[in-house]
Amino acid sequence: MKTPGKMGSRFLWVLGAVIAFKPLEWMAVKIYQDPWFFLQLLVQGFAVGSVYSLVALGFVLIYKASGVINFAQGELLMLGAYACLAFLVQANLPLWAAIGLTVVVMVLVALVLERLVLRPLIGEPVISIIMATIGLAAVFKAATAAAWGTQLRSFPAIFPDQPVHLGQVIISQVYIWTFGTAMLLMIVFALFFKFTRLGIAMRATANSHQVALSMGISVKTIFALSWCISAVVSAIGGVLIGSINGVNITFSDFGLKVFPAVILGGLDSIPGAVIGGLVVGILENLSGGYLSRIFGGGVKEVAPFVFLVIILMIKPYGLFGTKEIERV
Amino acid sequence: MTTKCGVFHQSYKSEMAIFQTWFARGWMALLFAWMLVFPFVAKPMGKALGTNVLYLANLIGIYIIGAQGLNLLTGYTGQISLGHGAFMGVGAYASAILTMRLGVPFWFALPLSGLVAAVVGMFFGIPSLRLKGLYLAIATMAAQFIIQFAMRNWTAVTGGSDGMSVRAPVFFGLPLNTDRRYYFLVYTLVIAATLFTKNLTRSRSGRAFVAIRDRYLSAEVMGVNVWGYRILSFGVSSFMVGVAGSLWAHYVLVISDEHFTIGLSVQYLASIIIGGLGSVTGAIYGAIFMTLLPELLRIPERALSHVWENAFTIMNSLREGTFGLLVVLFIIFEPDGLAHRWNKIKAYWKLWPFSY
Repeated sequence: MKTPGKMGSRFLWVLGAVIAFKPLEWMAVKIYQDPWFFLQLLVQGFAVGSVYSLVALGFVLIYKASGVINFAQGELLMLGAYACLAFLVQANLPLWAAIGLTVVVMVLVALVLERLVLRPLIGEPVISIIMATIGLAAVFKAATAAAWGTQLRSFPAIFPDQPVHLGQVIISQVYIWTFGTAMLLMIVFALFFKFTRLGIAMRATANSHQVALSMGISVKTIFALSWCISAVVSAIGGVLIGSINGVNITFSDFGLKVFPAVILGGLDSIPGAVIGGLVVGILENLSGGYLSRIFGGGVKEVAPFVFLVIILMIKPYGLFGTKEIERV
Repeated sequence: MTTKCGVFHQSYKSEMAIFQTWFARGWMALLFAWMLVFPFVAKPMGKALGTNVLYLANLIGIYIIGAQGLNLLTGYTGQISLGHGAFMGVGAYASAILTMRLGVPFWFALPLSGLVAAVVGMFFGIPSLRLKGLYLAIATMAAQFIIQFAMRNWTAVTGGSDGMSVRAPVFFGLPLNTDRRYYFLVYTLVIAATLFTKNLTRSRSGRAFVAIRDRYLSAEVMGVNVWGYRILSFGVSSFMVGVAGSLWAHYVLVISDEHFTIGLSVQYLASIIIGGLGSVTGAIYGAIFMTLLPELLRIPERALSHVWENAFTIMNSLREGTFGLLVVLFIIFEPDGLAHRWNKIKAYWKLWPFSY
């Protein structure tokens, strides 16, 4: 396939630098004028971004293990948040019990999904799998709306609500807890993949199904496991974000943000997902803070997607993604 | 002789015919006659069914044009687009701006809006230079959000969240402002779009599309300019969906960004999957199915709403859910769509009762 040559790509870099110069200069001036505002946005971006990382991690897990692009990731997040809310408020359980039950519910949902919907689709063309997950998303959304209604519901205070002052930056504790929990979970997963039997089996499966099978790894179990982990991780992300803003039926749109994150990191890279999530969270907050006066509301939601298109144009396999080399 | 059991062509002309047998041609003539008669019997029909049948027919027609376009891209070239809802919106807004702000007559604005949509579609098709499948789906999804954002927030051009109002087209002094008059415009274009798609898929370009879909490396080895044809496919496909958008705008007369959401893009994709990917008739079945499904689901809703206060909200979400469920079930149990099922039924009866 034709790709830009050496000279062509250098030209593109120069062109990019020329185009990017003005906005960068403008940005630098803005930061100089009010550094505390910038820091405030940055910190919030980190917190939200860490949840994006978490959800992106779940997304990449499924993609790596089974090659499924899961468009229902956001719905898993929503489902988790609603389930936890139901256990907390309607069943009046303590926090630890609610979260434990949420995890159990999400594992069950993931197992059912994997068995009933995704397994029959192994080996089907990409479009079928994409559409199936989109269909699932619609089903989840409808089920949630039917069960809990469409209005905004707020979480009871899970984390202490006294804000922390860092210089002139005011951080509500929710953000710190969110960031901490997300990071902790990611470290746990890193250790899991590095040292446990199952984690190594998952990595082997991601590498090659055939080799994994011949080494006695049950690929089916791994697929199911990756869905379970993904659902649980997303649900926890949902609870974290839900405790910041409350949940309603558009909450699942949050899941769409994983796409810029994973495209930046490379679709099949776990560290990429983590970094991509953080970058997208920060980018979103900065653009919301600086650009919404120019472009109007909603710029926060769309900026990650502009970013996504730019990455696809210049670095299609992301920062750490595997470049597909095809041989005839 | 209803359908032939083998290949019996004696001339190139007979081989190239779209409708191979006189039986098929007869049915097509009947269908055409019915399409001509239909708008005049639609009123009593609609009364009997309790809906405006002609309105639905027009919606189906507009939907068919867009679905044919998307099918060219997704079904024939194998490029997934989650942005066709937005490209339709580009067509609709382009048409509205051309006719209302710049005073271009509708008959020029219609193809021009298609062209605008084609340019936008081709731009977002550029990543297909190096990417396929998954990545492209994500890139077009980004296109969907970016375009929708532009439609809502670029107030100077699109009127922002108030949307734009559009006038009905005028055909030699006759304003096409009723369902019946518009019907003829829509279905002329439906026939044109269907014939165009059918013939394009049998041409050199169409074969190149299919080759790219099936194995693009082999296609490239055979000398097909893969990127060129992918972009071409994006262009043609967005053109058709843009024309559909323009038609839609001049039919409903008020457009806003709320119609052209990702939901519409998903609906388009779902309709061609349910109808049958890579099948001209499939796009038609899919469009009909997807337009009539919500209407059918409204019947139990209406019946229940007398009995039960909350029925509306529950049924509303249930309708969404049914849509999703149907898509999933179709993909698992009927991955080749309605068109394929219909062909199977035909093949079964071909040799009945001695089918082996």
